[in-house]
Amino acid sequence: MSFPLPVRPLRDARLLAPEPDGAPRGPDPSGPEIIEIAEAAGVRGRGGAGFPLAKKLRSVASAAGSTRFVIANGEEGEPASVKDRFLLRERPELVLRGLALAARAVGADRSYAYVSDPAAARRLAGARGGDLVDVVRVTPGYVAGEETAVVRAVGGGPALPTAKPPRPWQAGLGGAPTLVSNAETLAQLALAVRLGPETYRRLGTPESGGTFLVTLSGAGQAPVLYEVPYGVPLRELVTTHRGTAAGVTGMLAGGFAGGLLPPSALDLPLTHAALAAAGSTLGCGAFVLLAGECPVGVAADVAAFFDRENARQCGPCVTGTAGVADVLAGLTVRSATWSDVARLERWGQALAGRGNCATPDAVTVLVGSLFLHHRDLVGAHVDAECERCAVSPVTADTKFRISLEEP
Amino acid sequence: MKVVIDAAVCDGKGYCKRFAPEVFGLDEWGYGKVLVDEVPPEHMAGAEAAVEACPLQAIRTV
Repeated sequence: MSFPLPVRPLRDARLLAPEPDGAPRGPDPSGPEIIEIAEAAGVRGRGGAGFPLAKKLRSVASAAGSTRFVIANGEEGEPASVKDRFLLRERPELVLRGLALAARAVGADRSYAYVSDPAAARRLAGARGGDLVDVVRVTPGYVAGEETAVVRAVGGGPALPTAKPPRPWQAGLGGAPTLVSNAETLAQLALAVRLGPETYRRLGTPESGGTFLVTLSGAGQAPVLYEVPYGVPLRELVTTHRGTAAGVTGMLAGGFAGGLLPPSALDLPLTHAALAAAGSTLGCGAFVLLAGECPVGVAADVAAFFDRENARQCGPCVTGTAGVADVLAGLTVRSATWSDVARLERWGQALAGRGNCATPDAVTVLVGSLFLHHRDLVGAHVDAECERCAVSPVTADTKFRISLEEP
Repeated sequence: MKVVIDAAVCDGKGYCKRFAPEVFGLDEWGYGKVLVDEVPPEHMAGAEAAVEACPLQAIRTV
């Protein structure tokens, strides 16, 4: 069965190129050599934070303790992202090869693959190298892919984030140093070893080597999974996708973690630094293009998602996220007051760093971006009913979810 | 020394702020919040007392 979304490379197909048949040949580096390759290639994490992989590998490899673990994190909780499930379903051997390399690099005793997608679990178990890995299934959820939730769930506990420090590389599974790495990051490590750092770096920028996967959706266009070199302007990708960037009125960037961006963001190069400088994040590489939707309604949709997906364990996030979602929903039906708007802005700011995972921080970015780019429009929702929100009310699930279910 | 409040455990009793107001505050919703990156030497004793006093044992030193 083929993947339900079209997949297209913007330049060279690396991750998107079909895997060669037969046993993998080519370089077979030692643990320290693997870390050197990751460093020279400039491989950064593809799960959201963009942390340099070599640094993480080195931390786990040199952490105190005689036991170590590696976990491929394939729980893609971002509703507008499909890239990890593509790799796990269609390129499982590349992910497993990366996991084996990471295990060697840190000297791991045991390897796990952590997924919620049933098709991905089946493909991993049946793929070459799959017999060496424990596949752990989890119920899908936004917080389930957070690294401390991953460690807890693999250890048999609930998939809920814990307070940091310690981070998993310090004390993870059973207290042992544990590498938790996104599925695409591991596939990229396998590519960097296969191609060598020099070839790997022929695409990308000095700060981020190689290509990355972008799930592009919205603006009335069927979603497509692209493989894009770091540094390409977003406009070029959007123009390839829909023929023109005209009519794009904004976007959700970095999945749901990067808030709303205005059309001027089309001129940003797709790098971690450029998105961070715009107050956003490249996150998991998912972009939802907007074409005329009301930004207040979009923010209300995303805030309602965060409220539903809330782990219900950290007080400030439980209360603050619900409050933010309530005011935004109220604005879409003209039931919010000016004092609600003031509270929305204040609570949005107050949520930063107030939980064990980054959910409250994502709410902060969302609300902050709404006020930064659309302050007058927010006020207009107090004064008069919004016609666009009236025809597109907040729904039981986010409107921006990309379904991979079989029809 | 750093102090960390486990946000999943804290329910806003407020003892931490009472014992070491220079180190702990309360957020918008009344939950405990660490105000400093590193605990300054002169507030070490207060911070340690707060760790002891928290009824939910939600504070750890790192």
